[in-house]
Amino acid sequence: MRDRLVQAPFWLTYLFLYTPIAVIVVMSFNAGDSPYSWDGFSTSWYGELAGNETIRQGLANTLIVATGSTALATVLGTLLAVGLARHTRSRLLSAVSALPAIMPDLVLAIGLLAFYSAVQATLGLHSVLAAHTVFGMAFVSTVVRTRLSHADSSLEEASRDLGATPLTTFLRITLPTLAPGIAAGALLAFTLSVDEFVIAFFTAGPRDPTLPIVIYSMVRFGVTPEINALATVLLAVSFTAVLAVQRLTRLTDSLG
Amino acid sequence: MTLVSVEGVTRRFGDVTALDDLSLEVRQGEFFALLGPSGCGKTTLLRVLAGFDLPDSGAVTLEGEDLLRLPAHRRPVNLMFQSYALFPHMTVEKNIAYGLEREGLPRAEIRQRVGEVLETIGLTSAARRRPAQLSGGQRQRVALARAIVKRPRLLLLDEPLSALDKKVRAEMQLELKRLQHEAGITFLVVTHDQEEAMSLADRIAVLNHGKVEQIDTPVALYQRPRTRFVADFVGANNLFTGTLRENGVEIPGLGLLPCKAPSEPSADRPVDLAVRPENVRLAPGPLRGTVLDVSFYGGTSRVAVGVEGREEPVLVNVSGAVTVLTGGHVELAWDPEDAVLIPGG
Repeated sequence: MRDRLVQAPFWLTYLFLYTPIAVIVVMSFNAGDSPYSWDGFSTSWYGELAGNETIRQGLANTLIVATGSTALATVLGTLLAVGLARHTRSRLLSAVSALPAIMPDLVLAIGLLAFYSAVQATLGLHSVLAAHTVFGMAFVSTVVRTRLSHADSSLEEASRDLGATPLTTFLRITLPTLAPGIAAGALLAFTLSVDEFVIAFFTAGPRDPTLPIVIYSMVRFGVTPEINALATVLLAVSFTAVLAVQRLTRLTDSLG
Repeated sequence: MTLVSVEGVTRRFGDVTALDDLSLEVRQGEFFALLGPSGCGKTTLLRVLAGFDLPDSGAVTLEGEDLLRLPAHRRPVNLMFQSYALFPHMTVEKNIAYGLEREGLPRAEIRQRVGEVLETIGLTSAARRRPAQLSGGQRQRVALARAIVKRPRLLLLDEPLSALDKKVRAEMQLELKRLQHEAGITFLVVTHDQEEAMSLADRIAVLNHGKVEQIDTPVALYQRPRTRFVADFVGANNLFTGTLRENGVEIPGLGLLPCKAPSEPSADRPVDLAVRPENVRLAPGPLRGTVLDVSFYGGTSRVAVGVEGREEPVLVNVSGAVTVLTGGHVELAWDPEDAVLIPGG
């Protein structure tokens, strides 16, 4: 009995966190179009969603931005992490490298917009992709550096001792030992990019809105069950990603 | 025949001199040990030999060729790391094959040599396992196999037995000697553990503050230490500081203690007198004192005797159990031949 009482706040917290999400998921299967009353089960809104050209275009744009920025951020972030860990002792440099992940999105967005207009760059998907690479890289390098700080540097010395050149050592020893961290960082960068709104809103061109911008412009005229269906799909995708990251981190632990 | 020659090597880290004009030679085919307390420079020398560190001055040659010019991955020298440094993402087999693959050897030869060395270390059945699935002793065997399969001219071993528990240690000790003999590779082991050095090596260099104190066989090092540091560091010893006279060593506060007559008549100079605990007998002799403590080790007992006029107790080893009790009065004696004279200051 006492145990149950102690657990109550725990379950209440979960209830608080997940009730809104549960409502959205349930309402996405609502047959009617009222967001407030239940009119029977239906998957019609998912069909509606698939047929919506604006949403499909927004999703395509988001996937292009997320995939491209994740690829760039993963490569650059990993190199940044290795460089910071192995070739400098500067604490300022490593603090600065994490800044884009920490500073308010709004500041980064305004800064990027100012930068783009200063260099007279056109706005479009490419400018969002570059903007997302900036904070994605900061996240990847932070995750990879955590992994690096636990890594045994004698592994690299052992590789050199056994006759491997520095390049072979990096490719055959350093990268594989960092792989779980790199993958976790990449997944993080991807999921953050998919639902990023503020920076995309500032740096996207008027003809290429990403999915969050599309959704925002739709909900301004009231939430439709279509949005609920879309939210449910996104929820499923990001939940899968979280599970994947957890699995990878567990792999990381067992390797160490 | 000399394999490795280290000549006047100095290495400083800021204010700390890790290696101080150090010179030594390692002979072809021998089992050589660098022994010293932590901070004596032995690990720095190991890293210089492996190619992970460069000295500020001095020369290192291997079979007459300048070793310092070669980067680590081009030296015919391999190192067995204290942490073993096995690649966690590779199987035992792949770990061992790694060095051979870097030489660009044909696959068939790699497979054959890996198979042979796995058999030598008795881990053929574990070839497909990962390092995390092995015991400490097995990991060490793999680390050793990975290094010797390259057939280096010189194999460096960093504290090879320190991470093993006592029983596995004894096993690996024999194994290391057997492998060194079979492979015919020159071994250089670095250790702070004098028992490890004594039991493994043909010759030992005792290092202190970046300098060589003495290079000798284990027996000579134990029986005829040439410096006070060696006498104190290698095995237990009773050290007395005094002045050499014609018929013994005069110790302030203790009187004249027996020792062998010096080969050259050079009386009245300052010396240290070293007597091993096992050479001291509880018998009528020049010293008398009170038993402070008796420790029983099974085969032997160690008696600590407090002698008036001396701060440290005199240690005495007695075989088997002893009859003396703490607080009892005893006399101490030794044969003059068992007392070693060390020039001192």
